[in-house]
Amino acid sequence: MFGMEFYVDPSRCIGCQSCLKACEECETHRGVSMINFDFVDRADSIATAAYVCWHCDNPTCAQVCPADAIKKYEDGIVGSSLKPRCIACSNCVLACPFGIPKLVPEYEQMMKCDMCYDRTSVGKRPMCATVCPSQALSYVTPETIAATRREKPVNTFWFGEQKITTKVFMMAPAATDAISIDVADYIWEGEHELAPQAF
Amino acid sequence: MAKTPLPVAELTSRYGPHLNYTPPGGWQDESRNAAEKLVKTHCCFCGQQCGIQLKVRENRVIGFEPWEDFPFNRGMLCPKGVKRYLQGNHPDRLLSPLLRTEHGFQPSTWDEALDFTARRLREIQDKYGKDAVAVYGGASLTTEKAYLMGKFARVGLGTRHIDYNGRLCMVSAGVAYKGVFGVDRSPNPWSDIAKAEVVMVIGGNIGECAPITTDYIWRARDHGARLIVADPRFTPIARNADLYLPVRPGTDLAMLMAMLHVIIRDGLADREFIAAHTTGFETTAASVAEWTPERAAEISGVAPEAIERAAHWIAESRRSMLMHARGLEHQSKGVENCEAVAAIALATGNIGREGAGCVMITGQGNGQGGREHGQKCDQLPGQRSLSDPAAREYVAGVWGIAPDELPAPGYSAVEIMNAIHRGEIKGLLSICFNPLVSLPDANFTREALERLEFFGVIDFFLSETAMHADVVLAGSLQEEEEGVTANVEARVIHIQKAVEPPANARRDSEIICDLARRLGRERYFPFREPREIFDELRLASRGGIADYYGITYERIDREKGVFWPCPSSDHPGTPRLFENGKFFHADGKARFMKLEWRDGGDPVDAEFPVYLTTGRVVSQYLSGTQTRRIGALVDQYPEPKLEIHPRLAAQFGIQTGDRVTITTRRASITLPAMVVRTIRPDTVFIPYHWPGGRSANLLTHRTLDPRSKIPEFKVSACRVARESA
Repeated sequence: MFGMEFYVDPSRCIGCQSCLKACEECETHRGVSMINFDFVDRADSIATAAYVCWHCDNPTCAQVCPADAIKKYEDGIVGSSLKPRCIACSNCVLACPFGIPKLVPEYEQMMKCDMCYDRTSVGKRPMCATVCPSQALSYVTPETIAATRREKPVNTFWFGEQKITTKVFMMAPAATDAISIDVADYIWEGEHELAPQAF
Repeated sequence: MAKTPLPVAELTSRYGPHLNYTPPGGWQDESRNAAEKLVKTHCCFCGQQCGIQLKVRENRVIGFEPWEDFPFNRGMLCPKGVKRYLQGNHPDRLLSPLLRTEHGFQPSTWDEALDFTARRLREIQDKYGKDAVAVYGGASLTTEKAYLMGKFARVGLGTRHIDYNGRLCMVSAGVAYKGVFGVDRSPNPWSDIAKAEVVMVIGGNIGECAPITTDYIWRARDHGARLIVADPRFTPIARNADLYLPVRPGTDLAMLMAMLHVIIRDGLADREFIAAHTTGFETTAASVAEWTPERAAEISGVAPEAIERAAHWIAESRRSMLMHARGLEHQSKGVENCEAVAAIALATGNIGREGAGCVMITGQGNGQGGREHGQKCDQLPGQRSLSDPAAREYVAGVWGIAPDELPAPGYSAVEIMNAIHRGEIKGLLSICFNPLVSLPDANFTREALERLEFFGVIDFFLSETAMHADVVLAGSLQEEEEGVTANVEARVIHIQKAVEPPANARRDSEIICDLARRLGRERYFPFREPREIFDELRLASRGGIADYYGITYERIDREKGVFWPCPSSDHPGTPRLFENGKFFHADGKARFMKLEWRDGGDPVDAEFPVYLTTGRVVSQYLSGTQTRRIGALVDQYPEPKLEIHPRLAAQFGIQTGDRVTITTRRASITLPAMVVRTIRPDTVFIPYHWPGGRSANLLTHRTLDPRSKIPEFKVSACRVARESA
């Protein structure tokens, strides 16, 4: 909708946590931040990574939800849990291969990034990507990304034998088509599709 | 007299810092109501002055909305900007004037407080002379307020001594650029950074202290630019550096001189540009003749090959940008450091063009505008010199006084505190300055404050310094009074009034004008609105270097900022200086300076073998008067930590989380350690935003750069040890 897509590039992240703070200000989840943020290994590196929900085309969280509390909207956004339905069982927390959903104990509810649905559904940019000073989180048109970045947007991820395609893109080296971190995904065993490689 | 009226702990429990986490009315309730208006204004914090829209309802700021049309930051904000609105409606906010009594501070009427202030200022001046009273201003003030403070000191009080906290920020770069280029301003608009082919950042933790600037650098990299980062710490932007130069604290000059040496030795200097547009090149060339990369490597700890590579990359491109900040400037040779950077830009012809130049990354909100119009001890409006007879005559004419009535230049900020300490200055009026946290050698500062016979403070919170005051005049937040500031690129922008000051607090400019009235100087301070101050300021700056005459509030709104100089209403403003190689000196040429190595003021030795350097974290701002009261920002980095390399930590058996005592020739403090490989093994780092026993500035020393009078915050000698049980 509105021609914008969400792009995550951890190599741009400066660890300022502006995204976490701005997420709290969004109208849909006042005071609760839905950003996932890590210092990768502060003792050895300043590297940080901030990311949002990847909004899977076929969301694992919704598949495993026994209460049918997680809905994917027509525009591909996977919503946070519906309060009247969520039973706080944590199935989604355990099942999500990206580790995105969080159980918020004070609300007895799973909460996760809904891409500022109050904003994106009316053509505004999400809070995090609007304020991000390094544009590690970026919400722009595919044409803009293609024209301005050297990296390539990728939205295919391998987790073992699970291949996941997502609405949100990860910026990867220019010759990369999919992202896998598991050596098993590159081993030929004659049974499953291998993760593609750049060589 | 000026000891705190109650123990600091008691004052803190009453006046904070307390933490404000939620917008007025709470997250789920009143704050969800629609805003009555969105006010397009700017962040109150750093020199980036990001555009932001404040959501206002019932005279309260209830939140923000990004301002994506403002060209500088295009909606981007750092965490301080996101949470800045929570400084309003804060439980610590001063809602009326306070007078010191034996039982602590008591609220008073404005008449009582202002009469008392005027009477005490007059008594001290009658008894000890005009110059026994000093005025402190600040670089977070709007330009109107900064102008007013300069005029108030010189015309209202007739004292020589006014200076401001920008003395802790930009002055080394200012002196250097004034000398080299004839003007104290970054020569390039920030859009030039994104168009560079080589970007060198030296002594600038951009990711944390100027976060929005990261986007400009990343955009340069997106089209293939090379990034060079020189810093004792591996700062967040160093993660993408093509060349990282781990310079030892206080030795940047050696490295820069060696870069110049290489540029000249290898025939990379732009001889044509140098001949046509500069003078003094032979002086600089002689200065660096002996500074081989090998010699500089011994001093700076940066490999000779790395120095050569940096020099070649910069000199071999026609689009090189050199960027520097406090790491370079907070040294006793801060001015020379900046002169060396400027010399590299000039020697390679990288100036005055798109994507080519050298820029200072101004730190404070109105760091640029606050230093242009008379708040500095030696300056008059328009960046005019207070020592220049023609400038004195012009400004005296605007103000309606005789030139002789204008005092001579006075002391700088640290010199004022020194003069208070030795009893020469007896009275102080301070606004927008928290010297107990921000000046070096905090124990000395406390002793000085305790010797004042009168101390008046204008502030919106009771800062640690204000706790020592005899009277506190409850002033206004940035969003409570209209005005202008100039951002890091000298773009003059419009600060809108979003709300009225709450309860019995007042606008700062009203307080100053009322005080002038009580001092019998009302005819010089007839201002009812900031706009009237701005109109006088425009006139006072007319024909000066920082000429604002053609700038109006309406033009700023229409054009989203106007870059000075802008001498007339039909002048477009000046985003980029020195185009066509024309500089601001009378002969139109830039100056190469003599560069000379000197040791710092607090050398390491066997007893204090480790370098201590200080700086900021992304979630706090300066002395923390505002940001230590905002819950989300405090949670992000709650207390100062000592950054120490594992190699140094291992010598003392220090692990992350251990409490470590850091001792300098002034004092000791004890902080938790953070063992990281992202700092030189001979150097430790402490952020300086905190007061009391956690204050990094208990450790720092009062050595000044002899020309800029900036303290040498970035280089002290210390020793470290695990806290004894």
